[in-house]
Amino acid sequence: MGLRPVTLPERGPGDRLTSLFWRRPNLLLVLLLAPPLLWLGVVYLGSLAALLLQSFFSIDEFSGLVVHEFTLKTYLELLRPSNFDILLRTVGMAVAVTLGCAVIAFPIAHYAARYARGQWKAAFYLGVMLPLWSSYLVKVYAWKLILSKEGIVTWATDAAGASAVLNAVLALPVIGGNSLSTSYIGTWIVFVYVWLPYMILPMQAALERVPASMLEASADLGATRAQTFRTVILPLALPGVIAGSIFTFSLTLGDYIIPQIIGSSRLFIGQAVYTLQGTAGNIPLAAAFAVVPIAVMLAYLAVARRMGAFDAL
Amino acid sequence: MRSDSRAPLGLTLGAAAGLLFLHVPILLIFLYAFTTEERTYQFPPPGLTLKWFAVAWNRADIWPPLYLSLQVAAISTALALVLGTLVAAAMSRAKFFGRDRISLLILLPIALPGIITGMSLRSAFDVMGIPFSTWTIVLGHATFCIVIVFNNAVARFRRLSGSIVEASLDLGANGFQTFRHVILPNLGSALLAGGMLAFALSFDEVIVTTFTAGQQSTLPIWMLNELVRPRQRPVTNVVAIVVFVTTFVPVLAAYYLTRGGSETAGGGK
Repeated sequence: MGLRPVTLPERGPGDRLTSLFWRRPNLLLVLLLAPPLLWLGVVYLGSLAALLLQSFFSIDEFSGLVVHEFTLKTYLELLRPSNFDILLRTVGMAVAVTLGCAVIAFPIAHYAARYARGQWKAAFYLGVMLPLWSSYLVKVYAWKLILSKEGIVTWATDAAGASAVLNAVLALPVIGGNSLSTSYIGTWIVFVYVWLPYMILPMQAALERVPASMLEASADLGATRAQTFRTVILPLALPGVIAGSIFTFSLTLGDYIIPQIIGSSRLFIGQAVYTLQGTAGNIPLAAAFAVVPIAVMLAYLAVARRMGAFDAL
Repeated sequence: MRSDSRAPLGLTLGAAAGLLFLHVPILLIFLYAFTTEERTYQFPPPGLTLKWFAVAWNRADIWPPLYLSLQVAAISTALALVLGTLVAAAMSRAKFFGRDRISLLILLPIALPGIITGMSLRSAFDVMGIPFSTWTIVLGHATFCIVIVFNNAVARFRRLSGSIVEASLDLGANGFQTFRHVILPNLGSALLAGGMLAFALSFDEVIVTTFTAGQQSTLPIWMLNELVRPRQRPVTNVVAIVVFVTTFVPVLAAYYLTRGGSETAGGGK
């Protein structure tokens, strides 16, 4: 009596390939990974390399043509006062926006993490998730309507008899302006609004991991609410705040639509990149400007990693 | 238990005010689509009318950008679905060398600001002499849509128990039959959700697109031009509503498709 094979006979190419992949699992892994990695490697990393390459070229001042020779001249141009102001202004705005987002996000994240239950929890999630995903441009446009001189803010302050306050705010040096939609204050409000959900979600995730027993212990030991907040909640929520700030900081550094639509005419990095590559045709300087947010974010990420922000992502 | 039973009043007010801040501006877009005032953003609107919907419908310059946006979003979503699912399948299988590097690479296109992705692609097209076309737009969109599909698919792959795949193989199905009859039905709603989020993201994208579109206009680029040089302001509002609804509906659907699991869609953009 001959022994029969314990496996079924192979019935076609599908079976043969299955056996091959079974014997060589790494072959399947390579086949799965090849198309997406080729795409990301060629299209994305290739493009980033092209960006770096362009930033080391320069532009000939007389002909306006790109000189394809390695030089650091273009980076030195970033240090010219007019260009350096753009960098400082953008980084300053990114810091202000991040702080604003953290302050406004905290009550929402804290309430959703600790007090919202059942239906309310779902409502909070949708309430943050839908603005996150709704159209960026529509959100910016909404604020154009709100902040314009004849818009709802002016109407509301008039109706409340507080137009003197609005005028006083607009009269402030540097951050004020003709109307909210042409001032730094307006730009800041819109940035905070658009990036707020990016701060709430990681903050909420971090707060949900704070054990309730610690808060009870803190209260049992006689701490006031303010003390509990300062010494227990805040240190434990900090990684979440930093994780959120990675988004608010990075997105503000690279945005050019918001300051173009709402703000004074002074440039931000994004606007400089856009104008230089378009009408000015100075791709090397545009590329050098675009490298700045990458460098700032790499430094920021290195600090954030040290403070444990990646555990909260 | 004092701290856990009821929220302090200040916190409740702060949370409510924050949520209002997130939602009221969007409602105003709807109001302004009905205003009779055409040249300014006057509030309150002097009168209400429905005529802007008809005007928008008859404006010939709106339709080509709408078609282009739908076309780009559809192609990019399809590409992202294939590439995102492949990489999710690989990443959920085993630990292997360079795994963390690959997750970083997938995340990078949305972690770095859009202007960098846009300017990088622009530099690459310039270096290689590639002319702008619909495909250059798709190239950018598919790249940042991969991560959306990946996030949804990888969570579902992790939850998918390995034993049903083994059962299928034990019962004599080959790998392709197992994929078709066992893995795909289990993956379906996660892929649908990821696809819809990717579609919404692509349909609405403007920053990368301005660098890769050349002379063509997608609907968000059309809107951006109207914002900079307004013509009939309420018509822009009508288009804004169309854009809003086209992104809102798939996102809400994606949420309901994956609700209740450990991997509710939309947690990260």
